[in-house]
Amino acid sequence: MTFAASRNLLFLAPGLGWLALFLLVPVGLVAAYSLFERGVYGGVVHELTADNFVRAADPLYLGVLLTSAKVAGFAAIAALLLGYPAAYAIARGPRRLQTPLLFLVMLPFWSNYLIRTYAWIVLLNKEGLANQALRALGYDGPAIDMLYTEATVVVGLVYNYLPFVILAVYASLSRLPDELWEASEDLGARGHNTFLRIILPLSLPGVAAGAVFVFVLSIGNFVTPDLLGGGKVQMVGNLIYDQFLTARDWPFGAALSLILIAVMMLLLFAQAVAVNRAQGAHRA
Amino acid sequence: MDARRMALAAALLAAAATPAAAQSITISNWDGYMPADLLERFTAATGIEAELALHATNEEIMGRLVAGGGEGYDVVFVSSPFAEALRALGMAATLDHALIPNAANLYPEAQALEYDPGNTFSMPYAWGTTGLCWRADLVSETPDSWRDLLQPADDLKGAVTLLATDRWLMAAGFLALGHSVNDTDPAHIAEVRDLLIEAKKGLLAFDDTTFYARLVSGEAKLVHAWDGWCNYGTAENPEILFAVPSEGSDLWVDTMVVMEASENKEAAQAFINFVLDASNHRWAAENILYKVPNQPAMQGLDPALIEAFPTLGITPAELMQMEQLRDLGEAQRDYTRAVTEIMAAR
Repeated sequence: MTFAASRNLLFLAPGLGWLALFLLVPVGLVAAYSLFERGVYGGVVHELTADNFVRAADPLYLGVLLTSAKVAGFAAIAALLLGYPAAYAIARGPRRLQTPLLFLVMLPFWSNYLIRTYAWIVLLNKEGLANQALRALGYDGPAIDMLYTEATVVVGLVYNYLPFVILAVYASLSRLPDELWEASEDLGARGHNTFLRIILPLSLPGVAAGAVFVFVLSIGNFVTPDLLGGGKVQMVGNLIYDQFLTARDWPFGAALSLILIAVMMLLLFAQAVAVNRAQGAHRA
Repeated sequence: MDARRMALAAALLAAAATPAAAQSITISNWDGYMPADLLERFTAATGIEAELALHATNEEIMGRLVAGGGEGYDVVFVSSPFAEALRALGMAATLDHALIPNAANLYPEAQALEYDPGNTFSMPYAWGTTGLCWRADLVSETPDSWRDLLQPADDLKGAVTLLATDRWLMAAGFLALGHSVNDTDPAHIAEVRDLLIEAKKGLLAFDDTTFYARLVSGEAKLVHAWDGWCNYGTAENPEILFAVPSEGSDLWVDTMVVMEASENKEAAQAFINFVLDASNHRWAAENILYKVPNQPAMQGLDPALIEAFPTLGITPAELMQMEQLRDLGEAQRDYTRAVTEIMAAR
């Protein structure tokens, strides 16, 4: 081993050790629990069984998983539609404005997730600011129900995860040299042609990263469905939470968690492959 | 110096003789369920350091206790079915009544509760029932039935909340249909599930924590509530009233349990004894507005307080008319499945 290689290993070790200890070991435990039988009051009985995975295929639980995927999918699409133009504007805007704008994008992260989500309840409830504003504008019908629906959950998720999309897309757009736009223009392409055929394809790694972030963070979320769904929208995160804390069925909760982790890993892997390919194409 | 003080002094001397120095205990309770200064008073009176941990729900603290084998906590506050489960798991210590002489302050009814007759492993801290809590100025008719929650009149549609915790959610359905709150018959569970799925249509939300605030803001008009918690609404708006539905209700008891894994069982029981002292327990009742099962404490309560919060005037004899919540053992799984089906239904 060369000196540089052993030095690199030394630098890597703490980070890798941390991940191994606090990521791989817990996931290993979850995998082990998912194969045991449940104890009546929680915990596990050490008898091997595959029942937990068979049960996860029950239409009831599959339905919850599909609802979660649908909600997370809508959140990812909406976040992209809102976030891409914002990232584009920041990346193409005056340089001196970029840092303050990015700072503003990240600012919400400085406050607590729960408080930000509760704020939506204050805004949207029947006696809330949105309904009051409508009344002030002359609307005098019954108060409009804006809370406790699947759509409200999507709104909450988009609000919370939008910065990830903006940052990811910004990162890939800001890497593109200005000469690309100029070259495209010199060769006679109009603005929308340049965007659709040059810029958009080159920013796809950022789009994929942002969308996968939002989807993965959304599909496992249980706080937002609980608060903004009024407990009426059940997502797989809530289902897992309930198995561990209410049903005292740790093995089934572990099996559901493992399925969710597998879905997430698959998506992250697909995204990594896509980014690699795009970069390969870029270099070639 | 009475026997309790002597026992404590002895315990303290023993502690001082070892290098471990002063004793300290960790207590887990719901946020705001104990007057803020109670622990300071306890430390001042006994010299035992006490640290407070918080849990939001019974389920949360159970998860922590089962995962950690009960270590890290000396006294936990949990509802009676969970105390029963902790006992079944061997995690709840047997109490030594010689260390808790104030247990004599408990009402006779509170010493003969079905889940723990003789208070062998749990001491009741607060008790009450569950029912209807509403804004008298916003409803056209006084609600008096579980069906008012589950099949609300037109003017209440979309302005009703139900408790989401599975035992109480299911209880609303069982009681409306005339079954026991501890019913484990699969046919009855299915019946309740269908009734509650239907009930979602008239529902604003499932809510365990902010229902009284929704009444105060007017977002909700009628909510499913624990009697003590309805008082938090009444405190802000006297139009907020509470009643037990005509079909009856449950008796719940929030208890104090000493963990078997505790290394400070004497200090833990000194804490329980301190809480059960008449004036301390009254101080708790006055601050949290929940009934406490302590006879001299309740008898010393200011009549004006009971007039302002009539649920504090519900007598132990009246509470005994309610059905006591019990742990379900294996059937807990069927309840959770039914609740999952209710929550996932469109």
